[in-house]
Amino acid sequence: MSAPAANTRFAPRHILGTEGLSPEDITSLLDAADGYVDLNRSRQKKGDKLSGLTLINLFFEISTRTQTSFEMAAKRLGADVINMSVATSSIYKGESLIDTAMTLNAMRPDVLVVRHPHSGAVELLAQKMACAVINGGDGSHEHPTQALLDALTIRRRKGAIGGLIVTICGDIAHSRVARSNIHLLTTMGARVRVVGPPTLIPPMIERMGVEVYYDMAEGLRDADIVMMLRLQLERMHGTYVPSLRENFHFYGLDEEKLAAAKPDALIMHPGPINRGVEIDTSVADDIDRSVIAEQVEMGVAVRMACLEAVTAVPPEDGGS
Amino acid sequence: MNGAPARAFVNARLVDPASGIDSPGAVLVEDGVIKDLGPRLFADGVPDGIEATDCGGLVLAPGLIDMRVTLHETGETHKENLHTASQAAIAGGVTTMAVIPAPNQAIETPAQVEYLISRGRETGLTDLRPYGSITRGAKGETLTEMGLLSEAGAVGFTEGHKALADADTMRRALSYSTRFGLPLMQHPEEPSLAAGGQINEGEISTRLGLKGIPVAAEVIVIERDLRLLELTGGRYHVAHVTTAAGIGAIRAAKDRGLPVTCDTAPPYFGLNETSVGDYRTFAKLSPPLRTESDRQAVVAGLEDGTIDAIASDHLPQDPDSKRLPFAQAEPGAIGLETLLPLTLELYHGGTLSLGQALARVTCAPARILGLQAGRLAKGAPADFVLIELDAPWIIREADLGSKSKNTLFDGRPVQGRCRATVFRGRTVFSQDA
Repeated sequence: MSAPAANTRFAPRHILGTEGLSPEDITSLLDAADGYVDLNRSRQKKGDKLSGLTLINLFFEISTRTQTSFEMAAKRLGADVINMSVATSSIYKGESLIDTAMTLNAMRPDVLVVRHPHSGAVELLAQKMACAVINGGDGSHEHPTQALLDALTIRRRKGAIGGLIVTICGDIAHSRVARSNIHLLTTMGARVRVVGPPTLIPPMIERMGVEVYYDMAEGLRDADIVMMLRLQLERMHGTYVPSLRENFHFYGLDEEKLAAAKPDALIMHPGPINRGVEIDTSVADDIDRSVIAEQVEMGVAVRMACLEAVTAVPPEDGGS
Repeated sequence: MNGAPARAFVNARLVDPASGIDSPGAVLVEDGVIKDLGPRLFADGVPDGIEATDCGGLVLAPGLIDMRVTLHETGETHKENLHTASQAAIAGGVTTMAVIPAPNQAIETPAQVEYLISRGRETGLTDLRPYGSITRGAKGETLTEMGLLSEAGAVGFTEGHKALADADTMRRALSYSTRFGLPLMQHPEEPSLAAGGQINEGEISTRLGLKGIPVAAEVIVIERDLRLLELTGGRYHVAHVTTAAGIGAIRAAKDRGLPVTCDTAPPYFGLNETSVGDYRTFAKLSPPLRTESDRQAVVAGLEDGTIDAIASDHLPQDPDSKRLPFAQAEPGAIGLETLLPLTLELYHGGTLSLGQALARVTCAPARILGLQAGRLAKGAPADFVLIELDAPWIIREADLGSKSKNTLFDGRPVQGRCRATVFRGRTVFSQDA
């Protein structure tokens, strides 16, 4: 198993977001993840670094890939995994988030992965937990492991992140993926653009260090990376776009719009994709440019690296 | 009135914003009212039979009138009750609490108004003055019996923590209330623009992934209501203005001579949106904390007199209502006990003179609500506060008398402390230096 030298390793107590991570922190995680990619491609995948540790997946929103990805990552490192989804939890019995945290805390897990529909909820929960907490997505705020797996995908394909033009398209307003990517990519020196209808570009987002475009072809000009986002209809109250048809006309990724990007531009999507809504099937399945499946693969490696990082220092020594 | 013996408060610095008095002097109190006062009173000593209190040179000012207090007296009493609120009030020098309906409640019958007034009277600690709701059930549709509420003792009308959104209902409410001379107090926030909103709309809401409430939500309601006021006459009061645009609209209306008044609350001149930090739910208020430039506009509005009054916006919330994901937490902060020192920041910081600062919490709200209190004058209620003007202290959540401890100002160093509170001639609170 290849892993970076211990003295450069990033060993945070929690991973709650990409905001505030340094280029060195990010590089440390990506280097470690890179090693796990090779391991995951080999026949014997099982390691023992997290042997004896317990991970709880606590998902207040449904998830296929993130939850499975964390479960697989933890099991490959030898940890025991418990999955708790909202349908089976006491939240429906009126238990508050803090009480849920206290209950789980008493069971002494080692890592808690949390997804929650409200921004800031994972941070609130982390304050009450003795174990490490990894944010599996909180409301419209952050989804750090998604940004890290995107970064790993980009770095492996392009060699480096700094200097690239990355265009993030679609529902920026409701997207935690967009925010985590903006923090990470700008920290690593990429030029980040956001593209979408004005109703889905949140106010003053340029203060996060991005350029704003309402015209997709302009936003895609000379882009190295095209990141498509799904319309988060479940978070929209009222009309943000008049119709999916109109949205696709102006902001759906098809061959014609993609022509503005660099010829070797990569197409990314955090999934689940909605064909014909934000991305044309021919583009999504373009084996030369679409790295959507590769993102999923990188997700397991990145989560292994994150699990290793947050368990590197036991909580007793790591302080609380 | 209460048959108490005459009392003399001597060796005080009398500060009465209403008359502009600021001089050493004494006050004579009898039967709960001020019998006499002035620099030469008791110059030759206090006659026998009158109990004398030496004020030690402290400022003696009218008791504070807090224009907007939520009591929870008839609802969520685990958050606050009349007893705890009264203790907090008198510890902060507040002798009149104007009570607004709690969230999702209404004060819509004369019996409710009378009940609150009499409950206040029973405590003997402060004067409780309820507002009436503008519409039944605060649903924004049918007007309450404004006339009967007014006769029962309501000091004004308000929907409480929400705006009266319907323009036609507002027009009729303004029009109908002209008959009774009481102000209509509006929560200035267009509900459709603020729906789901958590904090001020801007860079911070975008970073935190929280739905923002735009400045336009405030100014739209104010400007609309001012147009209606032009049609109807009546008296219109804007509660807690927070934005430069909203204050600008009110300033222009006052210049045109419209009968509009407004207030703000300490969080809006003492803090800005950065207090939200990483989802600090204690900083969730309605209206939300705004940008630094809006905060400066509030200070400027206080300085030039556009903002008439300062209210505490006292809204107790228990931990279970605040220790939640931000979007699920209840808005509001307590403020009764910190109204005086935070208002005095405007004096210590050089924005307002002492008289101007105290006017915002005494004679100005008295004028808006039509109260006899709020001034030092012969015949006025003997409600006053003794203030050690320069005393430095630190606001500590645990020291506050409210049942709920949701203050935004925990740990804040302030200057100026209430040393004693006198209500209807009786010392109801005192605290040594």
